Amino acid sequence: MNPIAADLKSADMDTPRKPKVRIATTSLAGCFGCHMSFLDIDERLVALLELVEFDRSPLTDIKVCGPCEIGIIEGGVCNAENVHVLRTFREQCTTLVAIGACAINGGLPAQRNHLPLATLLQEVYTTRPGLAHGGIPNDPELPLPLHKVHPLHEVVKVDYFIPGCPPSAEVIWTFLSDLLAGRAPASDRRTIHFD
Amino acid sequence: MSQNLETAANPGPLRRIAIDPLSRVEGHGKVTILVDEANRIHQVRLHIVEFRGFERFIVGRPYWEVPVMVQRLCGICPVSHHLAASKALDVVVGARRLTRSAQMLRRLMHYGQILQSHALHFFYLASPDLLFGFDSEVSRRNIVGVATAHSDTARRGILLRKFGQEVIRITAGKRVHGTGSIPGGVNKAVTAAERDLLLQNIYEIIAWSRDAVALVKRLHNQHPALYNSFGAFRSKILSLVGRDGNMDLYDGVLRARDENGAILFDGVEPDQYLDIIEEQVKPWSYMKFPYLRALGADKGWYRVGPLSRVQNCDSIPTPLAEIERREFMDYSGAMPLHAPLAYHWARMIEMLHAAETIKDLLHDPAILGGDLVVQGARTSSGIGVIEAPRGTLIHHYGVDENDLVTMCNLIVSTTHNNQVMNEAVREVARRYLDGREINEGLLNHIEVVIRAFDPCLSCATHALGKMPLVVELRTLEGDLIDSRARD
Ligand code: SF4
Repeated sequence: MNPIAADLKSADMDTPRKPKVRIATTSLAGCFGCHMSFLDIDERLVALLELVEFDRSPLTDIKVCGPCEIGIIEGGVCNAENVHVLRTFREQCTTLVAIGACAINGGLPAQRNHLPLATLLQEVYTTRPGLAHGGIPNDPELPLPLHKVHPLHEVVKVDYFIPGCPPSAEVIWTFLSDLLAGRAPASDRRTIHFD
Repeated sequence: MSQNLETAANPGPLRRIAIDPLSRVEGHGKVTILVDEANRIHQVRLHIVEFRGFERFIVGRPYWEVPVMVQRLCGICPVSHHLAASKALDVVVGARRLTRSAQMLRRLMHYGQILQSHALHFFYLASPDLLFGFDSEVSRRNIVGVATAHSDTARRGILLRKFGQEVIRITAGKRVHGTGSIPGGVNKAVTAAERDLLLQNIYEIIAWSRDAVALVKRLHNQHPALYNSFGAFRSKILSLVGRDGNMDLYDGVLRARDENGAILFDGVEPDQYLDIIEEQVKPWSYMKFPYLRALGADKGWYRVGPLSRVQNCDSIPTPLAEIERREFMDYSGAMPLHAPLAYHWARMIEMLHAAETIKDLLHDPAILGGDLVVQGARTSSGIGVIEAPRGTLIHHYGVDENDLVTMCNLIVSTTHNNQVMNEAVREVARRYLDGREINEGLLNHIEVVIRAFDPCLSCATHALGKMPLVVELRTLEGDLIDSRARD
């Protein structure tokens, strides 16, 4: 067994009836790549599931975040709905983690920040090649987009930042192992990327 | 047809039910349903609620950044965007024909992507509905429930995905958002040691993929009435097929069939896509609605993805998957199978095909080295089309003499399926929800049919919209940092 998994297991055995740590995850203006990298812990997921349970997450059908020890968010804030979900996560989660470039600085979606929203709308919905019936979507069901894409920490307090696009599975695994074992999370600098 | 459920005649007094967010799908979407006092359904819509604006903000960037940037549209199928952009930019750099090594390495990367994405979708996202029942307990209806009740199935799912991700890592440099493909070719070959690492597992991967096909067939055969009818409706189909008519997910020509399986057109070069596909916008979704230009918006919509591809090709060029395709075609009989749940069956056949193709490519010495990049006379625009895990993916760029992008148009796989997914949810709503007291289990039926298409709503959100209300975003100190009001 991987030494970290063994570590997790023994931590678990010391306190066999300890309730599972509840974790919520969500993607705001992100691409799900950070969630994919989390799943890239591969079979270690099974060991992790002995220690944690998922609240709201793209992997479960829980639609609203309840009280959790850990909240992990990928993606920046690009619309009113993102603001609402982010604030709910902050209220419900003891520890809030911004994962990936988008959550930390807006990432690729923030490339739109130097363009006026109206220009983007016009060009994408009314002047594309092969577009017969153009028009800007404006139904009340669609959340209001913000002028710019913002990093999470501009809206709420964030406890930890994990850089990378996406951070590698190793970095995510080490981070979670540390957090679950009650250690201060610390990754080997060589494993951290800022791409 | 259930098209009349798109817009309620008089929405005012109706009650709104929302499934928000859609879960166990990739990306950001929701479904809204309007019902009257007797719970009769008047309107059902699948909304794509986010935007990127990628097509606009990529303008002005150097073209060689594009294959790396565009992956950030989608972390589940980044390789598909990476390769579709590379193919479009091959044309721009005048690389009309890649070296054999470059082609084989890109194919290896692509089939790794198909394998991992199909495994992810089936085992992590969709299988809980199929193994436990559509209205089983929420707490169990997820990968954790599968790992508990069917630990071997879950473990194999995890390892199948892992193998696909390893193929991607070895060809693209990293598992998510790699850099292996560049305009004109690729920037790295596979080493003998890397190849041997993959060869160690490939036969097991093929065997497990066969078992996955068998599992889906068993589910289908246990409840044939349900699987053949759930959310089913007739539609046209579209995909690339190889120039020989066989399944080819990396390159080929466009072929479409009508509801009865008769060919509508065939052999259309991908760079003619604007001649055959047109799009329209509906005010309630950021995702556009494409249709076949010749048939118009009302009749021309079609579906893409595994269920289309398996029925559109003449054969599958690997032996085990071809046996499965024939069984699938015999099952459906003279008429095409239109049932959304048959997507799972077709998807697992494709996963088997991807595993077999990876095995063949690993035995091809071309992947170990040789010339990797070619260039030729520059052109000012390029179109790249590929069959991504979820269907036909179209990238189109213009580039000026300073190497900067002047135009970008994308039609992503899930966008093609916009109308058919809306049709499917209306069909399910009509059949299962209409006139009943609506509960969580019934609402999950709607999500089950959406999941069958394996939509990638992240990919589909690269556009922008404008909204009602006013929103203000303030810092913790209360300073206004953003606001937006409808004008
Ligand atoms: S940081 Fe990178 S991988 Fe993560 S959501 Fe953003 S674009 Fe995707």
